[in-house]
Amino acid sequence: MNGTRALALHLGVLALLLALHFLAPSYHHTNIARIMVLAIYAMGYNIAFGYTGLLSLGHALLFGAGLYGAGLLVYHADAHATLALIAGVLAGGALAFAVGLLALRTAGVAFMIVTLMFAQAGYLTILYFGSYTRGDEGIVIPRAARMLGSLDLSDDGTRYLVALTLFAIALLCNLALVRSPFGRVMVAMRENEERSRMLGYNPFTVKLAALTVSGLYSGLSGAAYGLMFGYVGAGLASVQYSILPMLYVLLGGAGTVLGPFLGALLMFYLIDYASSVTDAHQFVTGAALVLLVLFAPKGILGTIRARAGARGAEWLP
Amino acid sequence: MAAVILLQAHGLTRHFDGLKAVDGVDFVLKEGEIHALIGPNGAGKTTFVSLLSGRIPAQSGTIHLKGRDITKLPAHKRVKAGIAYTFQITQVYAALTVFDNVALAVQSRGAHPIRAAAMAALERVGLETRAGQIAGTLSYGHQRVLEIAMGLALKPTLLILDEPTQGLAQGEIATFKEIVRAVVPETTVLLIEHNMDVVMDLATRITVLNFGTILATGTPEEIRANRAVQAAYLGEPC
Repeated sequence: MNGTRALALHLGVLALLLALHFLAPSYHHTNIARIMVLAIYAMGYNIAFGYTGLLSLGHALLFGAGLYGAGLLVYHADAHATLALIAGVLAGGALAFAVGLLALRTAGVAFMIVTLMFAQAGYLTILYFGSYTRGDEGIVIPRAARMLGSLDLSDDGTRYLVALTLFAIALLCNLALVRSPFGRVMVAMRENEERSRMLGYNPFTVKLAALTVSGLYSGLSGAAYGLMFGYVGAGLASVQYSILPMLYVLLGGAGTVLGPFLGALLMFYLIDYASSVTDAHQFVTGAALVLLVLFAPKGILGTIRARAGARGAEWLP
Repeated sequence: MAAVILLQAHGLTRHFDGLKAVDGVDFVLKEGEIHALIGPNGAGKTTFVSLLSGRIPAQSGTIHLKGRDITKLPAHKRVKAGIAYTFQITQVYAALTVFDNVALAVQSRGAHPIRAAAMAALERVGLETRAGQIAGTLSYGHQRVLEIAMGLALKPTLLILDEPTQGLAQGEIATFKEIVRAVVPETTVLLIEHNMDVVMDLATRITVLNFGTILATGTPEEIRANRAVQAAYLGEPC
């Protein structure tokens, strides 16, 4: 089986993350838990953008759907965190499907603008219903409500392991997806839509399916983020959160399974370091994006894979 | 040979602004034939087959495949109905492997297991040793052959080839002719072709298009003797 090397690589990364649970100092331990949750979001973005070629500027809407889908249930309806997590995933998927039905009638720049507008509408909706969402100030989810069954998500160690578990599931599903026949069709749609149509694939349904999966990932990430770190606020559904996963994916390598995680890891620490030395840390992010697009448009893993030629895709899907 | 009609077009029309690219064409394709579509540049050949394959919607007229009206059917559903189209300008997935290119065609018709069916499709055209190669790094001739392999891998009832031998070397043209001969009569072939040797050698019937209308239809011998065709190709005798 030629997929063993790829599987070994991905399992190796997961093993390393498990080892870090015991080895990483407290500060980095918390950071990595956060990065793993955000990497799920970036993986979702990558399924739409990196594999299917859908450049969305509105994924914060889907992240927000998960965040608020879970957060509002816990806060207003005293729902169990487990149920809220599932609701968040479904909210992300359902909203992606609904937006896709309309936005996928467009392509290219128009698609970017339409998704951006949808996300802005979502953000403003959160602010408008401030009496429920507490708007910019946001909702702090009480410690007692952050119990995933018997697992206390406010405990650092538990949180890390839950984040790792969700990340592992997302990563392995992502790997299976892109190696499946449907994954091949997603890439075909990205590479040449007209050709794919003439092989009997309906571009609309393929893209809608990919966007919905992307929404499920984004929803999972948003819901997990809210429940694990105990905060649900409008800022997390703002345009900045549409740009972040794109940065992660571009840095790590669009169209690679590990790229979103690698990108999230590096960008997180870059921003972390930049904000410790300057107030203008957003400038650093912007500069990073410009440098990436100019000098390494394939991102880190994308460049490595391209260097490896035809064999590269076998171990770095 | 009992001529069963596979595809029938009636009054098919497509104008681009003032240009009558295809203008009220009646056309019949018989099952199992190799039908060549010829005509001067700009005669409307590519537009005509694009109407048949659904890449471009018809403005008026009807198309029936095995008696079923497919005029309103979108292109991807026509592929499922059995019409495969190979592009005039090679449109393989340059960034994917040769195997993935054919696998996409194979899995589209629901073949299982995909690997075996894809390898069989590659063997048919002699590309099996290049399965792992990135398609964009193949020679031009091999890319053309891959394009045809993708069309064949769909196991179509009608294979439309848009200038398949364009840019091929003599030896490659011979291979191409063998491939086409091997697919009939299970697959009917409609071929746009400029190379008259290929046309006269392969085609059982020929249709000549000029200015968006049909000038003549017949056997190679009939077309060769047709004065209107000679005039269109060589100019009116003074």
